Amino acid sequence: MEMINIKIDGLDVSVPKSATILQAARQLQIEIPTLCYMKGLNEVGSCRICVVEVEGWRGLHPACVTKVSEGLSVKTSSSTVRESRKNILELIMANHDRECLSCPRNQNCELQKLCNEMGVEAVPYEKRADRGTIDKSSYIVRDPGKCVLCGRCAAVCSDIQNVGVINYAHRGAHTSVTTPYGDSLSEHSCINCGQCIKICPVGALQERDDTGKVWNAVEDNELHVVVQTAPAVRVALGEEFGMQPGTDVEGKMVTALKRLGFDRVFDTNFSADLTIMEEGTELLNRLNNGGRLPLITSCSPGWIKFCEHNYHDFIDNLSSCKSPQQMFGAVAKSYYAHKAGIDAKKVFVVSVMPCTAKKFEADREELKVDGLRDVDAVITTRELAKMIKQSGIQFAELPDSGFDSLMGVSTGAGAIFGNTGGVMEAALRTVADLLTAKDLNDIEYTSVRGMEGIREANVVINGMDLRVAVVNGTANASKLLDKIRSGEAAYHFIEVMACPGGCVNGGGQPIIMDKSAAEEVKRMRIEGIYGIDRDRELRKSHKNPEIKEMYEEYMDNPGSHKAHQLLHTHYVKR
Amino acid sequence: MEKVREVLSRYGNQKESLIQIMLELQQLSGNNYLPAEWVAAVSEALQMPLSKVYGVITFYAMFNTSPKGKFIVEVCKSGPCHVSGAENVLCMLEEELGIKAGETTCDGIFTLQLSSCFGACDIAPAIKVGESVYGNLTREKLKDIIVSYREGLKYAKC
Amino acid sequence: MQSAKVLSARFGAIKPDSVEEYVAAGGYEGLKKAVGMQPEDIIEEIKKANLFGRGGAAYPTGIKWEQAYAIKKGPKYMVCNADEGEPGTFKDKHILAEDPLELIEGMTIGAFIMGSNEGYIYIRGEYAAIQRTVKSAIENAKKAGYLGENILGTGLDFDIKVISGAGAYVCGENTALVESIEGKTGRPRQKPPYIKNCGLYMMPTILNNVETYSCIPWIVKEGGDSFSSMGTEFSGGTKLMCLSGNVANRGVYEVPFGTTLRELIYDMGGGIPDGRKLKFVHLGGSSGACFPESLLDTAICYNTLKKSGLSLGSGAVLVVDDSHCAVDYAKIVMEFFEEESCGKCTPCREGNQRLVELLERLTTGKGTLDDIERLKSLSQTMKTTSFCGLGQSAPTAVITLLKYFEEEFKAHAAGQCENGKCNMHGKGAE
Repeated sequence: MEMINIKIDGLDVSVPKSATILQAARQLQIEIPTLCYMKGLNEVGSCRICVVEVEGWRGLHPACVTKVSEGLSVKTSSSTVRESRKNILELIMANHDRECLSCPRNQNCELQKLCNEMGVEAVPYEKRADRGTIDKSSYIVRDPGKCVLCGRCAAVCSDIQNVGVINYAHRGAHTSVTTPYGDSLSEHSCINCGQCIKICPVGALQERDDTGKVWNAVEDNELHVVVQTAPAVRVALGEEFGMQPGTDVEGKMVTALKRLGFDRVFDTNFSADLTIMEEGTELLNRLNNGGRLPLITSCSPGWIKFCEHNYHDFIDNLSSCKSPQQMFGAVAKSYYAHKAGIDAKKVFVVSVMPCTAKKFEADREELKVDGLRDVDAVITTRELAKMIKQSGIQFAELPDSGFDSLMGVSTGAGAIFGNTGGVMEAALRTVADLLTAKDLNDIEYTSVRGMEGIREANVVINGMDLRVAVVNGTANASKLLDKIRSGEAAYHFIEVMACPGGCVNGGGQPIIMDKSAAEEVKRMRIEGIYGIDRDRELRKSHKNPEIKEMYEEYMDNPGSHKAHQLLHTHYVKR
Repeated sequence: MEKVREVLSRYGNQKESLIQIMLELQQLSGNNYLPAEWVAAVSEALQMPLSKVYGVITFYAMFNTSPKGKFIVEVCKSGPCHVSGAENVLCMLEEELGIKAGETTCDGIFTLQLSSCFGACDIAPAIKVGESVYGNLTREKLKDIIVSYREGLKYAKC
Repeated sequence: MQSAKVLSARFGAIKPDSVEEYVAAGGYEGLKKAVGMQPEDIIEEIKKANLFGRGGAAYPTGIKWEQAYAIKKGPKYMVCNADEGEPGTFKDKHILAEDPLELIEGMTIGAFIMGSNEGYIYIRGEYAAIQRTVKSAIENAKKAGYLGENILGTGLDFDIKVISGAGAYVCGENTALVESIEGKTGRPRQKPPYIKNCGLYMMPTILNNVETYSCIPWIVKEGGDSFSSMGTEFSGGTKLMCLSGNVANRGVYEVPFGTTLRELIYDMGGGIPDGRKLKFVHLGGSSGACFPESLLDTAICYNTLKKSGLSLGSGAVLVVDDSHCAVDYAKIVMEFFEEESCGKCTPCREGNQRLVELLERLTTGKGTLDDIERLKSLSQTMKTTSFCGLGQSAPTAVITLLKYFEEEFKAHAAGQCENGKCNMHGKGAE
């Protein structure tokens, strides 16, 4: 690799030729502040916060996109640089709704942090550019008054997700990042994945706040409120309370939920196991009976909506299985209500999800049984953390408790649903046992694990050659489906997760302030989940005793008429 | 919609022709704007996200997303016209048309708006009506210009 | 005085789109000569001509073409910037409307050198009628064999398309212009890579202003030395100057480099009418500098102007007489940039808006001395940190007006507008 020698703030450093000044400075433990910069995604040099002085060059230059060249001498914090950064921040602040105290991103806001560091005190301007009013009509709430026009959300929406529902519009002082005609997101092809929320440096993008609805239910004596927690929540919730990413806080989480007043605390990992029973059966049916292939998973509601908007021709490939969240709701209001002797109408199902699209999914018209919605309220990991903080519970010091029985036992297979590749691996574990009629020991399908956007593998089970693919991020899904359309590729079974990395990196997960650490945090959460799987005694869905009990007592077999009534659904072209 | 398809196919549904396509379509609208359903049709034909197309048409000053008058009367507000009395021209036009800048006359014939320099500085203060530029303006001249457009329209209808 | 006729010789004398009349008036002799020369030799003539880019950046054209010629990958595109949006500029309009074949010939010579097959003329949307003239000239040139396939039997195929702008000043910035030709929003690209390597469709692109291309046929025909001898040591040839504002004879003047601004304004332009005095000149368009009488004897020459801290820009000379208010004028200029900023980078998008706000305070009796200090500091930040040339030069008028008329700004802070242009709402009346 060709190396370049440069000087930064008087210190010599040797960096690869392709490095930017920003990267070179990091090598010297100098962190140049940035705002619009997002490595590999939004390298546009537009906010100008990262400007530096370069000896002999006119003006100041953005460190994030300026490549090094031999002999460069850079000053990263001269008085000119500091004054300019302060001036630029004042300009941004002047058009930013400064409602910090009531902002969900208070103390978790990149702009606030920058202003503190750069010593911005008062904003010397008055007029406000009209960038539109807050739009609460969708699952993702947009507040243009807080938008700093960094463009990160638009980049994620179009480049990572291939959705492209928000973009820059207008120009000059009227510039905004908006939907076409400023419409509600729900009027367009937004998949509610929430990746825009995660990448927003400020509070301009938020999920719809459903904590009020949950508080009301919990305090309503007439209702029997049950809660389910998705696999990925427990490895990230701790971050909201100062714990390491990937720490498994399942026990504390259950204790906290009980203290918050939920009548029963159950586990979505249980219904993930249930999903495998149904989806594994569906896969075997399609394989054996010449059904439509590839079978594509349906757990990720962002992916489902994406498919419904953009890939109509693949709708019949989608598994008819409801997602674990919806399966849980359906059995909570039937099997559980029946067993517990509670009127199903009184059962109120709350989900804690790493996902914003789950809010949309719960509202889907067809996801109800006998007129009862499967799920009544969905809150994100962030919203749960907020509720815990509101109630003064000292989360980090809580003792552990276990899930309630009937729908609280789960296997390692259910746990790994939270990672990209997890549903695939869980399904393979069960399908392999079923096909071989053995209890196989070799159950870690490492070929479908990893963080790459598209992974393919050939899995040989009992002489059958299964061609599978695992995709995360809907832009990657597009790539794969386009290849299938053109005949370039063919598979038996595909797992798609809308969010890069899977649910651990869902749109409802804790905000990662330091975006340069985002990949590492994702990795640690993934590792946390595989740790849970490794530590479980039971690691195959069909071994889950509560699942077996439920089928025996209530639904006969996977794929039975009753199971179809409760656990399967259909999709629409949008 | 027929018109839209004709224009699109003439440009071979090429993404890079978006601006040229939109300019033609706006001409065809009769009200100097791009109806939302046309914009959606273009976005689909060019296989571009609607948000991107919307971004383009709101970026350029010549595109409108809501109906305007048959004739857009533009008053240059840039430096050369300003020092040559553009403000008076604006006042006179506001009086003559009975509307403020940014508004459209009740009969839908004229929209009055301010514009950046359109290169008629040698005859400043200048206005532009549709494609035509008029300069060295006085109250009398302005009256005549407005009348000529009203008359022209009358004859066109006969 | 207006003796030099390189570019404007045929203005008004021929039917603009007629190849016959163009050829009869000496047109296409440059191209005919060029096709018998080696590309390197043509470039050498252009270098000798001392021709600098006429759009405003004043980059030496010969060197630009030499660099572009040396780039081995292709296809190469010839692009002409006819977006002429700089307020006070209307010279390209005259070339396009009165002698478009001069431009077309210049681009064709360029194509011959570069081996380019495709050219684009990006004409601002406001010049719709002119676009038709240029298109017609292109069609006629094709019919006559000067464009299209196998031009003059050389084997060169070269075609030119006219692309219309749609109302965006920033598209005059080269990278924004290229984006706009590609059908996108005209937001500038990060440089490097430069247009010459990665321009239109990310291919090597030779991009010049209308006037620059239009000088080429003459240079090839008459030789680089003849061209450079008309100008000064540092600036070859003639320049189309656009005279506007409070001056008796407004219009486009072709002058040899070395002519002084005073000669242009008083001898050719007939001076300031109505017995008024000159207050300042705004040179090079809204992005240029404003300066008072004391600098009028500066010669029109890139080097001389630079020494006085000025830039010729597009060649716009806006004359402002002493009935006008410097602060009010600054506000008008900044309103232009507030509107025309592409909105990409913070300093330009937000800064222009805030300069307008500060100037509005000063022109309505709400201003303070602090506002003046902020004008200075914000202008500096915009100048040094903006993404592209537009943002960097947007505050130039404010910076220079503050330099020469600071007392007037201070008077406004105290509620006084000596020209009576600003309504101070009673401030300073007591």
